Amino acid sequence: MQRFAALIDRLIYTRSRNAKLHALATYLRDTPDPDRGWALAALTDSLDFPAVKSSTIRNLAGTRIDPDLFRLSRHHVGDTAETVALIWPGTEGVEPEDKRLSAVVDALAATTRTTAPDVVAGLLDRMDADSRYAMLKLALGGMRIGLSARLAKTAFAQAFDVSVDAVEEYWHALEPPYTELFAWAADGGPAPDLSTIPFFRPFMLSHPFEGESLDLSEYAAEWKWDGIRVQIARTAGETRLYSRGGDEISKAFPDIVAAFDVDGVVDGELMVRGEAQGAEVAGGGAASFNALQKRLGRKTVSKKMLAEAPAFIRLYDLLVDGSTDRRELPWHQRRGHLEKFVPRLAAERFDLSQVIDVPDFEALAELRASARDAAIEGVMLKRRDSPYLSGRKVGHWYKWKRDPLTADCVMMYAQRGNGRRASFYSDYTFGCWSDEGQLLPVGKAYSGFTDEELKMLDRFVRQNTLNRYGPVREVAKTMVLEVAFDSIHDSKRHKSGLAMRFPRIHRIRQDKPPEEADRVATLKAMVT
Amino acid sequence: MAKGKHWIEPHPQGIYVRPADIWIDPSGAQSRAFVTHGHADHARGGHGQVWATRETLAIMGLRYGTDEGTALRYGDIVEEGGVTFSLHSAGHVLGSAQILMEYQGERVVVTGDYKRRSDPTCAPFELVPCDIFITEATFGLPVFTHPPIAGEIGKLFDRLEVEPERCVLVGAYALGKAQRVIAELRAAGWDEPLYLHGALEKMCRLYEELGVDLGELRPVADTPKEEMVGKIVLCPPSALTDRWTRRLPDPVTAMASGWMRVRGRARQRNVELPLIISDHADWNELTDTIADLSPRETWITHGSEDGLLRWCELTQRKARALAMVGRGEEDDG
Repeated sequence: MQRFAALIDRLIYTRSRNAKLHALATYLRDTPDPDRGWALAALTDSLDFPAVKSSTIRNLAGTRIDPDLFRLSRHHVGDTAETVALIWPGTEGVEPEDKRLSAVVDALAATTRTTAPDVVAGLLDRMDADSRYAMLKLALGGMRIGLSARLAKTAFAQAFDVSVDAVEEYWHALEPPYTELFAWAADGGPAPDLSTIPFFRPFMLSHPFEGESLDLSEYAAEWKWDGIRVQIARTAGETRLYSRGGDEISKAFPDIVAAFDVDGVVDGELMVRGEAQGAEVAGGGAASFNALQKRLGRKTVSKKMLAEAPAFIRLYDLLVDGSTDRRELPWHQRRGHLEKFVPRLAAERFDLSQVIDVPDFEALAELRASARDAAIEGVMLKRRDSPYLSGRKVGHWYKWKRDPLTADCVMMYAQRGNGRRASFYSDYTFGCWSDEGQLLPVGKAYSGFTDEELKMLDRFVRQNTLNRYGPVREVAKTMVLEVAFDSIHDSKRHKSGLAMRFPRIHRIRQDKPPEEADRVATLKAMVT
Repeated sequence: MAKGKHWIEPHPQGIYVRPADIWIDPSGAQSRAFVTHGHADHARGGHGQVWATRETLAIMGLRYGTDEGTALRYGDIVEEGGVTFSLHSAGHVLGSAQILMEYQGERVVVTGDYKRRSDPTCAPFELVPCDIFITEATFGLPVFTHPPIAGEIGKLFDRLEVEPERCVLVGAYALGKAQRVIAELRAAGWDEPLYLHGALEKMCRLYEELGVDLGELRPVADTPKEEMVGKIVLCPPSALTDRWTRRLPDPVTAMASGWMRVRGRARQRNVELPLIISDHADWNELTDTIADLSPRETWITHGSEDGLLRWCELTQRKARALAMVGRGEEDDG
């Protein structure tokens, strides 16, 4: 348990992705089965101990600690599990022991509502403070330490020098503690049998298109819709919905999962029905990304939400047809199979992403220019003879986003960055002018500038600080930043009532006086 | 306590000893003052007459330009206005003292700040029996228990071993914490040069003049970046994320403080390697000390007074938080 606790703390305090990968890979290599498998499951939120609730822990604290002292401490620490871990007084005569993680998992898994308090108390009594913290976080689920499933898989692949693609595929097929996965990767055992599991296949990704022109006899064009890329897989009566990172998001979209009743694996864009984007384009409209956002990240979804924001998937590709893997086929053949596959699905939940019918590249460029009016993100260019390849391979798929919107904004606040940028003021909040002549924040950006420009901006912040609010500095309102963004939406987060999508610093406009920066009203007119 | 004003008066700006007309750790300039130790929230410049240890006077000299005052050794006795004063070691930082006062048969101890663990840079805490114990409570909540320092120093060495291509940058207060960390590193066998931020140099030099050996110290300012790979660098906490850090080889940000016990605190400060090292008594030291002394009354000066007050109530000890005295004095009696 101490090793696991040390890993948790290491991941909590480390900001660098590489350092996180290294710490996790080392742990996975050096820890025996089944402990490492349980650790992996805990870190990716794949463990659940329904008998242990947050209230169990709180009540338990009340039996050992004066309620007033607990309340004062909880207030100071800000987290119940951590407070209990730090404050737990232990029991006279009980010596700490470093139990194996698997023993702790077994003990927790065997609890019922009735036995949970005694079991947890018994574990707490025998642990040091860091292990108590790790155990409580494990028991309650939701480590929240900023470790995505993708990062965990990459660490696994790094630890045993196997391909991330293979890990991605096998991962979802298996249950914690993933003994077969370790046997395969670490000990050269047979590959796990996946035939009865709707497992995740790695996505094929695209590069930005930066060329002048493409031959449309070699490449097909499709609209690039503004939702989230998903994969839906069904086999042996089970359907699972995956996000681009390979996280299962079935629970947030029961409407979609229930409607997908044909065996196979398809790739598409998850959106909410509406009119905001692409109303005039073949295939029909979808609501803006904003509308979809309300349905993301939920563990359960209310009936009201299902009715107000009905989700659907616009299908791009077909990976598995029935039980036949089609990924080796060229795109145009897969497309043929997809066109036959879609009519078998409920039309209100699944439709086909249309191939844009244009005579030549020039015509396509013209259409793309109008993507802004149709509120679509841009176009995709797919090589007609490409197989479905995992990851981002050069020369096959390109995204050709519409040109970004820009606005001249005034820097208002700045904050330090993380990691390599910890000593630089690299996160900027900027605003535009209200009708009353007040600057209102419209967004925040921390990219788009060169290292040289960053140094200059950092110097500006330090020399023009008006106020400090904790880590935030308010600056003199004299620096105009030309901000580029993909789109802009209504939002309650900022006082201006606006939120930008993908804002980045496009240019630093030292030539421009701040009073000539854009007005909020101008930005409001760009809202989609 | 008898009705009417006690001979010791807590005020927001310090503790006033009326019969002697002397202030203890006043926050503004006073004509007569005892100073427990050199930290800025206890030692201010500009007093008329000052009593303190030789080391505290030297520290005040470094900070305020004058070290004038009556230097006392631990145990020396001073009589002023019928009050007998003496200083007793507090174990907080070099020269730190508790102040024992005796007046008409009543003994009062003011701790200033204190800790009870061993510290190679200062004399150990002395338990001074008293009727009224006026204590700090910086870590007056049961979540604050400081682990043994050897383990924390070990964490630092472990990190250097795991990431040999980086350096570890330890944020530590310029007075006391920095020198204690250095002395503990030396005690653990680290005999490489240690690299210092400019703001730590003077105080380290003063410690050495006062007889605390810190080994070889080099200013970061004069050191090429590559030399500090795999080494330990110290700076004041405020410099941890400062531009200054760009001259270091990919530093692991560490911080030595009792607050590092709480994960959120460490994360807030972008600390990668929290080291729970404190010069203040932790919860157990605070409560053990009160239990050991069993004073008639405990007065709590600053920190998490609510927590310690609650503990006193639970253990049926008479206690009051001085922060409230000014407002509710009449009820207190």
